[in-house]
Amino acid sequence: MIKEISNEELGKLVRLIHRQYGYDFSDYARSSLKRRFQRFMDHASMEEITELSDRLLQDVTFFEHMAQFITVNVTEMFLDPLFYKTLREQVLPRLATYPTIKIWHAGCATGEEVFSMAILLEEAGLLERSRIYATDLNTVSLRKAEKARIPLKCMKDYAQNYLLSGGVEDFSNYYTTDNEHAVIQEALRRNILFFQHNLVTDQVFNEFQLICCRNVFLYFNRLLQDRVLRLFYDSLDPLGYLALGLKESMMFSEENIRFDSISPVHKIFRRKS
Amino acid sequence: MIAIGGSAGSLAVLAELLEQLPISIDCTMMIIVHRLRNVPSDLDRLLSLKAPIIEPEDKQPVLRRRIYLAPQNYHLLIEDDGTFSLDYSEPLHYSRPSIDVSFTSVAAAYGPRAAGILLSGASKDGAAGIQQIIAAGGAGIVQDPATALFDTMPQAALDRCPAAQPMNITEMIHFLTELKMSAEHDS
Repeated sequence: MIKEISNEELGKLVRLIHRQYGYDFSDYARSSLKRRFQRFMDHASMEEITELSDRLLQDVTFFEHMAQFITVNVTEMFLDPLFYKTLREQVLPRLATYPTIKIWHAGCATGEEVFSMAILLEEAGLLERSRIYATDLNTVSLRKAEKARIPLKCMKDYAQNYLLSGGVEDFSNYYTTDNEHAVIQEALRRNILFFQHNLVTDQVFNEFQLICCRNVFLYFNRLLQDRVLRLFYDSLDPLGYLALGLKESMMFSEENIRFDSISPVHKIFRRKS
Repeated sequence: MIAIGGSAGSLAVLAELLEQLPISIDCTMMIIVHRLRNVPSDLDRLLSLKAPIIEPEDKQPVLRRRIYLAPQNYHLLIEDDGTFSLDYSEPLHYSRPSIDVSFTSVAAAYGPRAAGILLSGASKDGAAGIQQIIAAGGAGIVQDPATALFDTMPQAALDRCPAAQPMNITEMIHFLTELKMSAEHDS
């Protein structure tokens, strides 16, 4: 049976990682962070938390392996298809009024949602004048995203999502296949830039008309959510859009007065100017 | 906190449980059922015949006398500060929401004030979770495999933790009603 990590043990572990490696997990949501650590210990066949701390103190490669494991990199193309349909119908026509469209995918994992956005922009004739900045904390995920290789077995589900999102083209035109993988067409990726950005410590780096940060807030506590909402506010054009995950809410944050809710169901917000 | 987990063959049992329970039951209920992804679901409405069922959002406070349903495509956890926390990490036992994830979180947050009920299902999800609830001093109830449409899930839980109590629906309702009385007695 997996032993429960206490709050005290979690605190020690988080401080150790911060001190030793500079990554600050202190304002992550505790329940899921504990669960990630527990899963990692299980995966590394470790029973005692002291074993984990000892190893972390002396083994950088081990830390990197753990960081990859505990940060969540789950994603899919056209995740929540009706969200993408709403983007197509309500947001893209507004974005079309800007000479250059700048979009930030914060917490992009391996890029599946970024490629979905590129497809949407391409179909709206906007990709040429768009710049998509896709960032994540996890550099291993970013390297995967740059290769744009997606397991072929996922593509059937993604094609279905694409159709539900209002797509009418032949989805298979957007990728080539290479053994077990689908490779997203290079032309679709021409205006995407992947790089590392840590929402906990890094600052504003540009001004955007749309920020997508879906299923990332879940892992933060309210304090950190508020801080990142301020970062997003400062990174948005007046009247710029912010999209969160379907079950993420601003209802419990004091920052909500600075945003209008455009689609309560699909969690699309707009910065008040 | 009463946490109920179910998979294949559990909906009818769940509906009956909710139907038969006294409306005044003074605790929080949390339901985790395996559901299809990316398909609009009426489950909350189906189960809402008597009392409204809430699909919580991240950081929503956990309130008494409410029935919560784990949303499709997310694991549902509880923080020490009495709020829900959602998690979009890998499915467990091919399931998201996973019963094990929620039960384990309930065990940590509520200890002896938790009861876990595991219904019919064709996977092994929930067994480890029931074990955690019992180890933390809570009650572990399993639908009697003989009465379950799919016995894999309840049987896996009984095999894994002999301290779990097998019950049929009538016994479960009786147990929950008693639980309610003792909760009232405490407060």
